[in-house]
Amino acid sequence: MHKQFAAAAMLAAAFGAQAADDTDLAAIRAQIADMKQSYEQRIAALEQKLAQAEAQSGAVAPAAPPADNSPASPSPRSAATSASAFNPEVSLIVQGQYRQMKSVAERGITGFFPAGGHAHGDGAIEGINKRGFSVDHTELVFAANVDPNWRAQAILGLADGEVEVEEAWFQSLGLGNGLGLKGGRFFSGIGYLNEQHPHAWDFADAPLMYQALFGTHANYGQDGVQLKWLAPTDLFVEIGAELGRGANFPGTDRNGNGAGAVAAFAHVGGDVGIAHSWRAGLSYLRTRASEREGHFEDVGGLEAQGLFTGRSSTWIADFVWKWAPNGNPQQRNFKFQGEYFQRRETGNLSCLDEEAVGNACAAEPTAAYRTRQSGWYAQGVYQFTPNWRAGLRYEQLDSGTRDFGAIGSLLAVDSYRPKKATAMVDYNWSEFSRMRLQFAQDKSMQGVTDNQWTLQYIMSLGAHGAHRF
Amino acid sequence: MKKFIFGAFLALTVAFAHADLKVFATVPEWGALAKEIGGDKVRVYTATNAFQDPHRIEAKPSLLAQARQANLLVAVGADLEVGWLPLVLRDSGNPAIQAGRPGYFEAASVVNRLDVPTSVDRAHGDVHPAGNPHIHLDPRNVLKVGEALAKRMAELDAPNAATYQAGFTAFAGKWQAAMGRWEKTAAPLKGVPVVVHHQSFVYLTRWLGMSEVAALEPKPGIEPTSSQLNALLARQQTTPPRMILRTAYQPEGPSQWLAGKSGIPAVLLPYTVGGTPEAGDLVGLFDDTLNRLLKGLR
Repeated sequence: MHKQFAAAAMLAAAFGAQAADDTDLAAIRAQIADMKQSYEQRIAALEQKLAQAEAQSGAVAPAAPPADNSPASPSPRSAATSASAFNPEVSLIVQGQYRQMKSVAERGITGFFPAGGHAHGDGAIEGINKRGFSVDHTELVFAANVDPNWRAQAILGLADGEVEVEEAWFQSLGLGNGLGLKGGRFFSGIGYLNEQHPHAWDFADAPLMYQALFGTHANYGQDGVQLKWLAPTDLFVEIGAELGRGANFPGTDRNGNGAGAVAAFAHVGGDVGIAHSWRAGLSYLRTRASEREGHFEDVGGLEAQGLFTGRSSTWIADFVWKWAPNGNPQQRNFKFQGEYFQRRETGNLSCLDEEAVGNACAAEPTAAYRTRQSGWYAQGVYQFTPNWRAGLRYEQLDSGTRDFGAIGSLLAVDSYRPKKATAMVDYNWSEFSRMRLQFAQDKSMQGVTDNQWTLQYIMSLGAHGAHRF
Repeated sequence: MKKFIFGAFLALTVAFAHADLKVFATVPEWGALAKEIGGDKVRVYTATNAFQDPHRIEAKPSLLAQARQANLLVAVGADLEVGWLPLVLRDSGNPAIQAGRPGYFEAASVVNRLDVPTSVDRAHGDVHPAGNPHIHLDPRNVLKVGEALAKRMAELDAPNAATYQAGFTAFAGKWQAAMGRWEKTAAPLKGVPVVVHHQSFVYLTRWLGMSEVAALEPKPGIEPTSSQLNALLARQQTTPPRMILRTAYQPEGPSQWLAGKSGIPAVLLPYTVGGTPEAGDLVGLFDDTLNRLLKGLR
């Protein structure tokens, strides 16, 4: 080897005499270095082989390495042949709280069309009104790949005397070209918070905005299909469209052919450096309502019923920004999220006196109805140690324009800006358990300042949940 | 002029040929290995860096955008990425990299995994039913994974198959030589008792014959409290360990606290490529790891 090196060096020198150029010399040096390195490697490899051969030929296997120490061929662990090997991933969310707040007979948001409760069982107190100790519905999740082309998931909400199918959908795995198809009952992709179930919320309750938009359930779900497309770019660009039954508030079930609701959304997102990531979105939902019922007050303060028939369209803009040192959220991280909505409803409103209390609607008049309302929330949650997080949320709605036509003189048409400020702190023993204390000052009802305390627990059992962005 | 056009055309094809295979690696070590094998035939995107806990990543928009474009996904597997990778795969709209397809490669599936639990219960913390997923710190595993990965890359990008084979052969030669060197220099580490922050180094300590006497985390994935550390300190009085090991992404607090109380040196190991300035590639990773271990021994 030394000989070869010397020869190469002499050759280089001879060359150098003719064209003594610095770059040439450098190139030759590099070549020599390369040769030297490759020979050294080959010799080392040969030495290794020799050593191995010697070890193998050495009589009756001298001290074979312990089985678990050798990085040998994969060991297929007890081949699962039983049918239960194909059981879907199962997880269960156990969630409940202690709540202390004012007793309000008909809790709602002043200036907004009452979105109908989500009471489990007849005569029960609506979840949103429950004071003291209570259990939220228990969520049972089943999910699995169906075959190479499809995946399916069902989320059941269990409550006393009731099982509610919250979501039950299938999703494509193999369409390609960035396309994703989902069908069945699902939470719509509009907004940021809409796809999240209550156990994933950063506060014990949904923002007022979601309650005003979709009712106390605070998620817009529907039966239908969703098609999404992800652009082949380094910047995250995703667009999606949905056609659905549109049976839920702000629409009503109209039992017709075709689509009762249309939704569309677009998301962009990415990273800024390694510590920051963000996503922004714009969504649109259009649906129709037929005789959607809500409780109103007439000019004399008596209860009246209103039936809305017409079109409801909603725009939502959302933004999420996350920070973690070095992009590692384990120790510390911060999350900011904010959403803004605008809703327009046009159609007719009929006013009734169903319970014959003698209100101003005895003649059951119908008139043109037109509203334009908006609202927003913004929240920040800071995880300051692996176990502790603290968060603040502020929100405000604007009852905006409410034109009730001729009925405007019969009903009390409130103009109000509901407000709510919330602070929370939660402790996490692990990824799977959380205890949260929350205080909120709720001014969503005119003339009422409700100071609400909530102590909440969320426990997740079974299959590992997904870390959604 | 003709020559110029030809030249321009050649330059263009060369430019495109630079990314024949788009690799999405979930962790830096396998990203680095794909680069060693593929050279300029691959474009490697690494989803995490050495300062990020691969357990705790979220399905960020940037990850979805990259997964959408990948031909080959190189994951660790053994549930290390269970919190985010399935979500990224499903929402990527990319059938080529779904689990079970040739474009999905799981490193942990080609090696023997240690610490496979006989019973699985979250009362034992964030346990991995498929065994300890931190497989790359045994260099023999790196070689195994490299061989399987090169085969997979050749299968997916047949025109460059020879390049990938040659890339792996060159890497294997270099690696075996380095392994001989490491095993020699690491001889003093044999039998040395150590405390670890999390079970991140099982394969390393097994390879080097070191003995792991305790972990700072009371259960995998659960950060220790001061009373738990105190109890640990008391238990270690009789046979004191020689070092307290942690990765670049784990908090220094607990190991520094224990080091301060006991006088046992706390040693930061790069854990993966990029964890320290010296661990710039796979060889550097092991060079620096051994260097720091030997330094800690003194």
